[in-house]
Amino acid sequence: MLAKLFQFHGGVKPATHKEASTREAIAQVPLPGRLVVPLHQSIGGTPRPQVLPGQRVLKGERIGAADGNVSAAVHAPTSGTVVAVEPAVMAHTSGLTTLSVIIEPDGEDAWIRCAPVDYRAMPPDELRDTLRDAGIVGLGGAVFPSHLKLKPGKGGRTRSLILNGAECEPFITCDDLLMRERAPAIIRGAEIMAHILQADEILVGIEDNKPEAIAAMEAAARGKAQIQVVAIPTRYPAGGAKQLIKVLTGIEVPHGQRSTDYGVQCFNVGTVYAIFEAIDLGRPLISRIVTVAGNVARPRNFEVLFGTPMDHLAAQAGPQPGTDRYIMGGPMMGYPMPAFDVPVVKATNCVLVASPALFPPPPPEMPCIRCGECAQACPADLAPFELYWFSRAHNFGKAQEYHLFDCIECGCCAYVCPSHIPLVDYYRFAKTEIWAREREKDAADQARERFEFRNLRQDLEKKEKAEKLAAKAAETKAKLAQEAQSGGDGGADDPKKALIAAALERARAQKAQAEPKNTDNLAPATQAEIAAIEARRTVLSPHADSPGSAGFAQPARSPGDEQWTANAPLSPPDEAESGLVRPGSARSPEDA
Amino acid sequence: MLAALLAMTGLALLLGAALGFAAIRFKVEGDPLVDKIDAILPQTQCGQCGFPGCKPYAEAIAKGDADINQCPPGGEEGIRKLADLLGREFKPLNADNGTEKPKAVAVIDEQVCIGCTLCIQACPVDAIVGAAKQMHTVVEPLCTGCELCIAPCPVDCIAMVPVPETVETWKWRYPVTKIHKAA
Repeated sequence: MLAKLFQFHGGVKPATHKEASTREAIAQVPLPGRLVVPLHQSIGGTPRPQVLPGQRVLKGERIGAADGNVSAAVHAPTSGTVVAVEPAVMAHTSGLTTLSVIIEPDGEDAWIRCAPVDYRAMPPDELRDTLRDAGIVGLGGAVFPSHLKLKPGKGGRTRSLILNGAECEPFITCDDLLMRERAPAIIRGAEIMAHILQADEILVGIEDNKPEAIAAMEAAARGKAQIQVVAIPTRYPAGGAKQLIKVLTGIEVPHGQRSTDYGVQCFNVGTVYAIFEAIDLGRPLISRIVTVAGNVARPRNFEVLFGTPMDHLAAQAGPQPGTDRYIMGGPMMGYPMPAFDVPVVKATNCVLVASPALFPPPPPEMPCIRCGECAQACPADLAPFELYWFSRAHNFGKAQEYHLFDCIECGCCAYVCPSHIPLVDYYRFAKTEIWAREREKDAADQARERFEFRNLRQDLEKKEKAEKLAAKAAETKAKLAQEAQSGGDGGADDPKKALIAAALERARAQKAQAEPKNTDNLAPATQAEIAAIEARRTVLSPHADSPGSAGFAQPARSPGDEQWTANAPLSPPDEAESGLVRPGSARSPEDA
Repeated sequence: MLAALLAMTGLALLLGAALGFAAIRFKVEGDPLVDKIDAILPQTQCGQCGFPGCKPYAEAIAKGDADINQCPPGGEEGIRKLADLLGREFKPLNADNGTEKPKAVAVIDEQVCIGCTLCIQACPVDAIVGAAKQMHTVVEPLCTGCELCIAPCPVDCIAMVPVPETVETWKWRYPVTKIHKAA
């Protein structure tokens, strides 16, 4: 051990329970009856399905293409027939379904044609794309797409590439066995990554409770000056990326910053092995080493195809009676599974078969006594009791102020809590609530923006319409004014006007023609009779010479009889007073 | 005596001028309270509060014309936040304005849609696409679930479908410890 080692704050030393599962070599799992491969197995976008039900696929064939750059492809773990592409229960505590490709294996296990890549000849960008399309994600548990992390820091160089073989969580031994059995491949993968990252040195951090793994890695790294295998003290959670970086380099990556900015990048050894397979063998990520431990007769590590049901896997290790649930991961950070037949995914490093005897239900939660044990144990230098108070009180803003999102959910605080408070459950609750609120807020902001834009658009449309109408009105007005100015010849100027005038003229003529003229075209005898009547009337009228005669004469010219009667009252009022019969009404019948 | 008077008057004039200058120089555009209230409102733009959108409701609250318990989509939590912001007492949601419902989005039955564009005109956030005599559809991520498109539809082809929980949107439940009876 050449390098000076540092120490991270806090941490605990739980019983490791690792011996049981390291006695036997990694075993293969017989093919299950069907494989349920969820498309969404990594952080980022859900890969788009590339196969249809009924389609035959080969081992390693891509069944889900990366959706955007923050995503990783998914591949068929074995050859067979795609039975369905449908939602299936995911290896997730919620028990919710996610789009999955269900494959019925044909038993041949026939590979696609694998195309190894010469990483020295390929530009780094294309290498990263290759890794994305090979579905390489962080196999330590975070399942972050690896190609995004394989970018050199400032100045295009990286000081240290750290291989994380600490594996601090109890029960889990998959990285230990992988290093024991496949050390040369891991070293080869590390060299590929050092080339992409332009790293100066490679540090392999392994907890000192794994002497076989340290020996194997040292043997594989012998003669390579760039690589240094470092045994680090066993203390949970030494395998946390920030903690391991602190131990090996002394660098504390501050809140909100990335280790790349400090010239350090950290990868799990399982990921490094997957990168070796993807580049040197041309094989995509279709399986991983999974520890099966807990309530089983022979705890052991298995190489498991993704999509294998967990109960099928656990059956290989001799399950014992009394199992009540499976935990994906270890006892400190693991997630309870909603069912026994959920598929193994890229994040599954361990299937912990739990029973009430092995993991008794937690004692009842007692009030926090502010003893501060949790703050002593926290490896992220947080104040867990404060986070607990704020999360419990739904005071999420305050929880964020106390850097809730720097919490790695390692469980040290809950482990040491004398009041048995499930602290991590509170943090997980608060984190998902905050994420949900952020999503809601983003949606609200977008809705506000769209609503305001719509209002603006409607106002503009209204204004435009009003302007258009005003312009049209002004145009008509101007035209009228022009016509009025041009006067008489205006009619000749405007054919439309002329047409209208002509039409009006015609209509007038027609109307004149249609008027009843019962006094025209009379026979001479009738004409004479009328004349006689008129004469008599003139004689009889006492005011023959008075204007009254004019009054009579006028109606005589008017054509209608009705008009005649209507005009009758025009006769002077004194006539009625004098007791004389009104002309034209009583006397006319006499004459007739 | 005179010197003191002069000094005080001078000081008053000087400070008054400084204040007057500050009032002009640091004048706040708009009403910050309205923006704060608007930030709490869910921006559904549903009009259930009786105002044509969230902003007008926020303005009414700021002016004192509206109460804080008229926003059903904001729910109890929204009322609590408003009460906190305005220093008022919490009061339950006014039932006249509606009830709090789980988030849902409008879905157009494309077989039935006749392409009348009435829903497009009703949508406050332009989340419906389509054209006259062409099928319409709702852009799901943009839909606020305001239900304003349902009433104008002449063929009743719009339904509100609750948004299902996915692995991405799932939330850890609030930890509840079972209380065991002491032996």
